[in-house]
Amino acid sequence: MSAERTKKSLEDDLNRLDAIVRALETEDVDLDRALALFEEGVERLRTARERLSEAGLRLRQLREAADGELKLDDLDRAGRRPTDD
Amino acid sequence: MTLALPFDESPRERPSTVSEVVASARLVIEHALPAQWVEGEISNFKTYPSGHWYFSLKDPATQLRCVMFRSDARRVPALPSQGMKVYARGELSISKRGELELIVRQLLATTEGGFYAIALERARAALEKDGLLAAERKRPLPAFPAVVGVVTSPEGAVWHDIVAVIGRRWPAVELVLIGARVQGDGAPEDLMRALALADRLPRLDVLIVGRGGGSREDLWAFNDERVARAVAASRAPTIAAVGHETDVTLTELVADVRAATPSAAAEKAVPDRADLARRLAVTGNGLAAAVARRLELAEERVSHAATRLGGSVDRRLAATLERLRRHGTRMGAACDRRLAARTADVARLGASLDALSPLKVVGRGYSVARDAGGRVLRRVADFPAGREFRLRVTDGEVPARAEERT
Repeated sequence: MSAERTKKSLEDDLNRLDAIVRALETEDVDLDRALALFEEGVERLRTARERLSEAGLRLRQLREAADGELKLDDLDRAGRRPTDD
Repeated sequence: MTLALPFDESPRERPSTVSEVVASARLVIEHALPAQWVEGEISNFKTYPSGHWYFSLKDPATQLRCVMFRSDARRVPALPSQGMKVYARGELSISKRGELELIVRQLLATTEGGFYAIALERARAALEKDGLLAAERKRPLPAFPAVVGVVTSPEGAVWHDIVAVIGRRWPAVELVLIGARVQGDGAPEDLMRALALADRLPRLDVLIVGRGGGSREDLWAFNDERVARAVAASRAPTIAAVGHETDVTLTELVADVRAATPSAAAEKAVPDRADLARRLAVTGNGLAAAVARRLELAEERVSHAATRLGGSVDRRLAATLERLRRHGTRMGAACDRRLAARTADVARLGASLDALSPLKVVGRGYSVARDAGGRVLRRVADFPAGREFRLRVTDGEVPARAEERT
């Protein structure tokens, strides 16, 4: 998943939305262009809201294995490795 | 051969060796004198590669040789200096060289703050000299981190608190625990190992380093100059959270951001989903309001053109303009009502934005006139008598021609 993807695209969406609102408010864009910007803004708002509702907190523990390799073990919320038991 | 002795008697008992005498004196002293505190001034202080310390404790009349072994010396936060007044606790013994010595287990400065204050000031000065405390060094935290690292004890409440806060605010992250002992012997080394490990992660957007509250001794590892330097060297921006009320640790001074508690650190590390939802709602309102103003402006222009054209306008065009004015006004009013009604309600925002879609605006009778080349015709001058043009309406285009003006 894509904490990475969420980050990038949310940031993109928010920046683009700000730019669209600014353009609509200040620039002398013609009507066709204004409507196209509005359409894009509505679409960006929709995807941004979807991304905002994505959940998926992932907990991991980093350690160094005997061979010096990095190991990332999954943890549950109580801080245990699910495979511990 | 005869040896002439100055005395005519030889010892009746077998003489002891030097080592035997020293050993028995040592036994007597070690058994007779309990461990005790001694007050004196440090003199002739030396460290050895083994990590042991050798020095003397002096008073105006005499001096006492002292040794402090590595395992005890490492717990003293700073090297003592010549002439420093100290309290030393230890046991008296006789050294292998036959000298009386105090085996020091604990060393305290007699001044306020003691060794801690001395060590802290020395380390702070060294960090400052290297520019590590400069405000310009502070890096901003990323707005939307994807991977958040936490260097802390896996056993403490810190990890639990951070998981809870981030789970509530911004669950779209990977939270990575890098466990380390945060107090006691070896804690600085363990913290440095964890920081180095964190730096090897292929991706790390922000790193929280912290522990819960504790005494000054408990927090001491976070004042270790080496730990502070390791935090300063982190590739990812850092947030230090060392829970305490008064002292600020060196780790916090070098970190990019300082937080009062681990929970506060978690709040600084990630954005708040609810805040962003509100921001999106505001942006949505701005978008709707801006496009509504734009449509109003267009409608005004067209109606102005209609007035100037007067009765000479094609009836079909006049009817279109009239419809546009009516619907435009209606849409503006509807838009105003919606803008007033919506505040932070994101779900409702979506519905109202759909209602404002330009496709629906066109569907209500808004049309656009273009010439054969597709250029939008806006002004009276764009409509010379006999000019053929095309009207774009919701389901297609209508051919049209401007009539002779009377």
